[in-house]
Order: sequence, then C-alpha cells, then structure tokens
Amino acid sequence: MYLKRRENFMKQSVKELKVTAGEIRKDIVKMVHASASGHPGGSLSAADILSALYFNVMNIDPENVKMEERDKFVLSKGHAAPVLYSSLARRGYFSTDELLTLRKIGSFLQGHPDMKGTPGVEMSTGSLGQGFSSSIGMALSAKLDNSPSRTFVLLGDGELNEGIVWEAAMSAAHYKLDNLTAVLDYNGLQIDGPNDKVMGVSPVDRKFESFGWNVIKIDGHNFEEILKAFDSAKSTKGIPTIIIAKTIKGKGVSFMENNAGWHGKAPSDEELEIALKELGGDK
Amino acid sequence: MSKMIATREAYGKALVKYGKENENIVVLDADLSKSTKTAEFSTTFPERFFNMGIAEQNMLGTAAGLATSGKIPVASSFAMFAAGRAFEIVRNSICYPKLNVKICATHAGLTVGEDGASHQSIEDLAIMRSIPNLTVINPADAVSADKLLGEMISTYGPMYARFGRAAVPVIYSEDQKFEIGKSITVKEGEDITIIATGIMVNEALEAAKELEKIGLSIRVIDMHTIKPIDEEAIVKAAIETKLIVTAEEHSIIGGLGSAVAEVTAKEAPTFIQMIGVNDTFGESGKPNELLEKYGLTSENIYNTIMDSIEFDDEIEDEENGCGCSGEHSHDGGCGNGGGCGCK
Ligand SMILES: Cc1ncc(C[n+]2csc(CCOP(=O)(O)OP(=O)(O)O)c2C)c(N)n1
Repeated sequence: MYLKRRENFMKQSVKELKVTAGEIRKDIVKMVHASASGHPGGSLSAADILSALYFNVMNIDPENVKMEERDKFVLSKGHAAPVLYSSLARRGYFSTDELLTLRKIGSFLQGHPDMKGTPGVEMSTGSLGQGFSSSIGMALSAKLDNSPSRTFVLLGDGELNEGIVWEAAMSAAHYKLDNLTAVLDYNGLQIDGPNDKVMGVSPVDRKFESFGWNVIKIDGHNFEEILKAFDSAKSTKGIPTIIIAKTIKGKGVSFMENNAGWHGKAPSDEELEIALKELGGDK
Repeated sequence: MSKMIATREAYGKALVKYGKENENIVVLDADLSKSTKTAEFSTTFPERFFNMGIAEQNMLGTAAGLATSGKIPVASSFAMFAAGRAFEIVRNSICYPKLNVKICATHAGLTVGEDGASHQSIEDLAIMRSIPNLTVINPADAVSADKLLGEMISTYGPMYARFGRAAVPVIYSEDQKFEIGKSITVKEGEDITIIATGIMVNEALEAAKELEKIGLSIRVIDMHTIKPIDEEAIVKAAIETKLIVTAEEHSIIGGLGSAVAEVTAKEAPTFIQMIGVNDTFGESGKPNELLEKYGLTSENIYNTIMDSIEFDDEIEDEENGCGCSGEHSHDGGCGNGGGCGCK
C-alpha cells in the first residue's frame, strides 16, 4: 500500500516551459563565463529536455529532497552539469545565486555532478557511460521495492561509443525495466567532431531496438513532442524506453550552434553579451 | 622567469618529430585529440592516426593488436581514463604478453583543475606501477617530456607516461641527457634529499633555494622514472643525507613516496616525509589553488623540512655542540644541569 503521491507542484505548460528553458540557457552561458571553463554546447542542447523533466514530468519535491518514491534523474553525460545545476536551482533545490560559483574552489557545484555535495543530484557522474549503469541499479531497486519511482537518464551520442553503454542497454532489457527512461541528446557532435566521423554511432534507433528497447524519435527542442514521448514511455510495459531526441549542440546561441569548438570552452565578455541578447534577455 | 610550457604540448610536438623518423609509429586517441595534443600528428600523418572514439578499453585493446604486428602504437587519453577505465586491458592484453605499447596519458593529477575529482587522476602511478613489465614515466618539464618520449619509442616494451594539462616552467636545457630508469640529480646537497617527480621537481628546486638561504644543503633528485626506480640514487641519498622528502602530484598511497620507501626499507632504512595528496579526492578549482589547498607547493616542502629538523637531534646538536637531546633555550642551556657539557 502506498500513500497517494504528492502533487502540490503545478506542472508547467508548454508556454511556461519555453520561458523556463530560456532562463536555464541564460544561466548556462553565465555560469560557464563566470568560471571561465565548462561545457556550454552539450548543456544548451539538453535545456529543453531537462526543463520538461524538472518542471513537468518528474515526481520530485525540493522541500523533501530525499522523498521516498521520488523519481530520479541521472546525468550520465556529466559534463553537462551546468544545465542540471540551473534546473535544480530554478526548481528550488538551492539558490540561483550559487550558480555563479560553478567550478570554483570550495563550491558545491563541482565541474561534474557530485551527489555528496549538491542537493538534488542523485548520482555522481563525469566518466562517460557510468551513469547509465547506475540508472539501471536505481530502476532495479524500485522494482524490488515495488516502488512507483521512475528513473530517467540522459546520454550523449558520443557517450554511446563506450562499451559500458551497451552492457547497460542489454541488462535493462533483460530485466524488463519499464520504469527506466533513457533520453539520448542526439546533437551529432562530440569533441573531435561529428559522431559519424569520430566513431560511427548510427543507426542508433535500430541498435536500441535490437537490444530490446522501445524507441521513440522526437525533436528534442519541441515541448509537445518531448512531453508526449515521456507519457508514452510511462505507459509502455515490459521493456525500457529510449527517447532519441534530435537536438542542436549549442542551441540558442548562434555562434555556438552545431560547432564542436564550443563543446568545452567559455565565452569571453563580448561573447557572453551577444549570447544573452540572443537568448532574449538582459543579465 | 623561465619559459612555461605544458608537458602535453611538448608531447604533441615531439610525437610529430618522432613520427617523421619512424614510420612504425601509429597514434590512437579517444575523442580528445585536441586536448591530448595528438591532433597535430593526426593532420601530419592521417593514415597513421586512429580516433577510436570515447572507448578507452577498446583503444588499448586495439593498441595491443597493432603491437603484435610490429607497429609502435602510442595511445592517448586523459590519465583518469587511460589508466583507470582500461586498467585490466592494460594489464592482461598489453603487459602480460609484454607488448610494445606506449600509453601516453595527459591531464594527470590535480592540475586538470576545474573538471574536478572525477577527472583528477591521483592514483595512476600507484595502479600502473603495480603491473609487471610496465615502465612508468612522469616527466617534469617540456624538455624531459620530449626526450623521454624519444627514449620510450626507441626502447622495446610496454610503457606508461603521464603528462600535465597546465603550463609549467622549463627546468632543463636542451642538451640534458635522459635515460629511462636513471634519475637526475638536479641539485647536489649534503643535508637533506628531496626526491620529486613530475611538476613537483620545480617546487622542490624552489624549496631548496629557500632552504639554502638558512644554511641547509639540499639535494634534489628528479625521479622521472617511477618504475623501474633508480635504487642506487635512493640508497645513496639514504646513506649520505639525514632525511628524504618525496614530492608528487599524486596520492601519498602507492606512488613515488611508496616506491622510495620500498627501496629504503630493504636497503637503507630511512626517515621519509611524503608530500602528496593525503588519501582524499580532489575538487574543482584553478590548478594553483588546488596545489595550494592540497599542500603541493614549495612552501609545504619547505615547512615539512623545517618541522622535521626541529625534532632532529643531530642538527640541533651541531648547533649547540653538546650532543645531548635536551630542549635548548636561547642561551644554549639544555636543562640537563650542565651534565652533558652545555654551558
Ligand atoms: C570515460 C570518459 N572518457 C572521456 C571523457 C572526456 N569527454 C568529456 S565529454 C566528451 C564528449 C562527449 O560527447 P557527447 O556524449 O556527444 O556529449 P555532448 O556532445 O552532448 O556534449 C568526452 C570525450 C569522459 N568524460 N569520460
């Protein structure tokens, strides 16, 4: 028997989500600028997905961070920490003032997520591929406990190069983890260039299908499609779901879009100004 | 102020130079070629460069296969992933069959900086050193990075070298000779020996300079090869000087300090002070802030030595000339009532 889930948080509408994602994008460029290091490209590409998760999809409570039966999110592509920190801060886990301490000595906002230091971070990540395995453990545990908790995990397309990803994919299907939803931030770029030049990953859909997954393909910047995909993942029984979200690396900042050079580089003062203007707002 | 160059920069340039001399050299990387500096090799010799994607285990397994066929594979990634993720492949596929693979890991130690604990490899010397057949090298500056890479390529066998991300002072002149397994005494001295490796060699030299000012004679040894370690130089230091201090940008567990202690314990039991990261994870921050916070500075070497000699009878005895172990007051009295010869 379980208590009724608390639903005191008003889910954001698509219109509101767009505003939230815009704020998160501004946070990302400001944070990376302030620390003069970090990863803007892969953070911006995932801003819409994380907005949807944190402000509409997941059953979480920042007032009760360790609430039993909460849904869990794992940022397997841990270098995108800025998008996670901004989402957590804007959802109320800690003050948005903290964001500008990113990567600075003594800050609880480490360069890569640290579950021991940051409220709301469910798993320490940064070494690619590892977070995906951890999410399998979380989903398995929920099954063991008969808990309604759902686990969400965000993967990068470059990250798919790692063998551990496919070991995890195999085990999730083997254990019928229908409470696990993976999202692939399919922006087509890794560090040394386009995926298919560095290490071919396509066809991703057929790979996951053959591993026994339910595959949904969407535009990762379209909130109607994002929300619909999460809904459909929830109602899929017996197999795990992966949402392959076509995205644009650096989305929202013209000079960063589709440019591998902006994977892990901080904007200058002038570039920050242009970026913020393009993202529709002052500082 | 001497020139500042990151050892990874020197590595990348040297790789192209040796690539021209030896066409058996093939280079592998794991989606980090701009950071590890293998990118220049990849554009100069595109047919001898293989980007293996973010797949460090497969990269090193592939390197093993290339080596069985007579190639000299040089494989790069961040030290965390080359030594960490691929450990068992390095052990079983490269070192067990003793294949001629050169693992050149960059972004070692705390000075990878803002990426934080998940990317700071402060265990790689320990884990790589424990594998039979594997030579472990840790250059101190740009000149040694270049020359040691040359030695690695011309010497058969599995080898691991670690390079840093941050720019560090150049301490050697171009004509300095390097030999794998043979340390370099960068500064002679009689009282105390600092055995340092990697970027800590420069810190040791700085500390030695300050200590000379107060009349201490400090020997500084660059232990650029952690394995096989230069036992002769360690035993000599243990016998000839009163204290050994080791300094490394690595955990105090299992790295240079442990390697030195293994030698002295067997050959010449000695008091050793180890400077390194004290069994803790690092964190995000600027390289210099981290070195300071975790005690990897010339000041810390200086203070460690000062603290140690305060309790060292012999040095105090020399100062007081009485040979007793009593606390000496400013006027030289030791509180032993004159029985020991103090005034
Ligand atoms: C095991 C491991 N190897 C290498 C790295 C270094 N690294 C960080 S991000 C990255 C590229 C990731 O590409 P992708 O997954 O496509 O992320 P995105 O483009 O969405 O930012 C690499 C190689 C790492 N963090 N972990």
